[in-house]
Amino acid sequence: MQFTPQLEDKLKKLMRNYPIKRSALIPMLLFAQDEQGFLSQETIAEIAGRLELTVPQVEETISYYSMLRKKPAGKYHLQVCTNISCLLRGGEELFEHARKKLRLAPGETTPDNLFSLEEVECIGACAWAPAIQVNYQFHHELTPERFDQLIRELERSRT
Amino acid sequence: MPVSEHEVRVLTKRFDLPNSASIDTYLAHDGYQAFEKALKQMTPESILEELKRSNLRGRGGAGFPTGMKWGFVPKESPKPKYIVCNADESEPGTCKDRLLMEKDPHQLIEGILIAGVVVGSHQGYIYVRGEYRYLLEILDRALEEAYARGYLGKNILGTGFDFELATHTGAGAYECGEESALLESLEGKRGIPRIRPPFPAVVGLYGGPTVLNNVETFSAVPAILREGGEWYAQLGTPRNGGTRLFVLSGHVNRPGVYELPMGFPLRKMIEEVGGGILGGKKFKAVIPGGSSTPVLTADALDTPMDFDSVAKAGSMLGSGAVIVMHEDTCMVKVALRLMQFYAHESCGWCIPCREGTDWLSKTLHRFHSGGAREEDIGLIEHLAKNMLGRTFCPLGDAAAMPVISFVKKFREEFEMHLSGRPCPFESKQEPATVSR
Repeated sequence: MQFTPQLEDKLKKLMRNYPIKRSALIPMLLFAQDEQGFLSQETIAEIAGRLELTVPQVEETISYYSMLRKKPAGKYHLQVCTNISCLLRGGEELFEHARKKLRLAPGETTPDNLFSLEEVECIGACAWAPAIQVNYQFHHELTPERFDQLIRELERSRT
Repeated sequence: MPVSEHEVRVLTKRFDLPNSASIDTYLAHDGYQAFEKALKQMTPESILEELKRSNLRGRGGAGFPTGMKWGFVPKESPKPKYIVCNADESEPGTCKDRLLMEKDPHQLIEGILIAGVVVGSHQGYIYVRGEYRYLLEILDRALEEAYARGYLGKNILGTGFDFELATHTGAGAYECGEESALLESLEGKRGIPRIRPPFPAVVGLYGGPTVLNNVETFSAVPAILREGGEWYAQLGTPRNGGTRLFVLSGHVNRPGVYELPMGFPLRKMIEEVGGGILGGKKFKAVIPGGSSTPVLTADALDTPMDFDSVAKAGSMLGSGAVIVMHEDTCMVKVALRLMQFYAHESCGWCIPCREGTDWLSKTLHRFHSGGAREEDIGLIEHLAKNMLGRTFCPLGDAAAMPVISFVKKFREEFEMHLSGRPCPFESKQEPATVSR
């Protein structure tokens, strides 16, 4: 299986960092997922082969980490924090608002594959709550109005 | 970022400079001087002495004296020694390490380098939580700069000292902030804790002796060597040296990350630094050191915020995350949401933690939704107390201690939830749920 030259370059650098191959596994999976959207069986087998691991060894590792996924998410994966600091500043209401606005249940993706929604644990934005992440991008101190505005901007950038 | 006149800016002193993350800015403002001094003028013993004098204690949460911890690493080792920086900041309420890496990555790199000099290590890793992807880019750029200027790599500054440093990303797991689970994760495995002893200082990464500290701890080291351990110690209180990056969140008017002297009074922190309670409401409770620490009430507001004083008040300074709650907050709801978090994050290795967090979460849910029975209050205490001290890692205690404190200090609120109706604080709302 062929990865893009950019990903190959990243993986090559990664392999140089560790005395044992397996150490590269989690970053490798995440970087591959960043590029491909999710971890396909083909990608899992390829990475297992490169690190001299079995597929079950890679699978059991994937199942532990909440950011690693074996199914595609939307182009914009919205992760709404409802843990304590966000909860106290309206994180739960924001999550409810997001569900209604996008007509999505947690874990679902819109039919056009543009948005997916997830309720997440603390993302480390407690002093700027409530906060969400769109893919890796943080958005701080959100209100329902600012959330709607963000959605409009993301919809516009679709094309 | 809000600032306060009460701040004492030691670790954050370069935060407001233009291009604060660049090596040029760092070098123009005392950067790498402490490392050079450590490498050329000091011995490992004299550095450890300085650290001990500084009363620096681990900023990750446990508050263990850093100088002593580094001293546990054996001098001779057949296996390579490692320095690992815990940048897996995931304790709910905590977002300070994020700023230290974003604004001043070279300060962290310098602290890690000094640890390398002390224990004779030549390889370090910065384990960054997966959600902090943008920091990986900032840190990698800083590492490139440090390599290019000869502060990392072979024969550093012509002294013959070699040190390699790399970033490493996690992929979403609170448990990986626990030191032994972090090491497992860094070895490419599920983040399951290891039984101790042996401690990482003796048997750590790849079986080699390992220094493992939090971002804030390493970041404090350059200033200590530059200005002296005594200088650092006197900024704080006895046995609690220096400053602390406190994260104020929840119901305060000015939430933020503030660098304050150790021992800063809690009341003043909420009222003056945080600008008082949101909406002019009445204070109800505060979690003083991240979600894993027992809740405190108004009678503890005069506590000086250092490790020993907060422990005396019945809680822990932990990660320095101060979460403030006003009078309208439902404490059952808060306890429930936190327990759902621990149930979600329990790695499942130890049965008391895996089962305990799940049963506690179910029981608290019953309270919140109006289906609890009177004996359920005792059931919560029974379940939680049976978790204490019975797990490989502190996650079990971290889940149990707070819920015990919620029941003890807010028993009447649990009783108010026994009327057969849903939460009296918010009649219309659905209880918190977490998607898996």
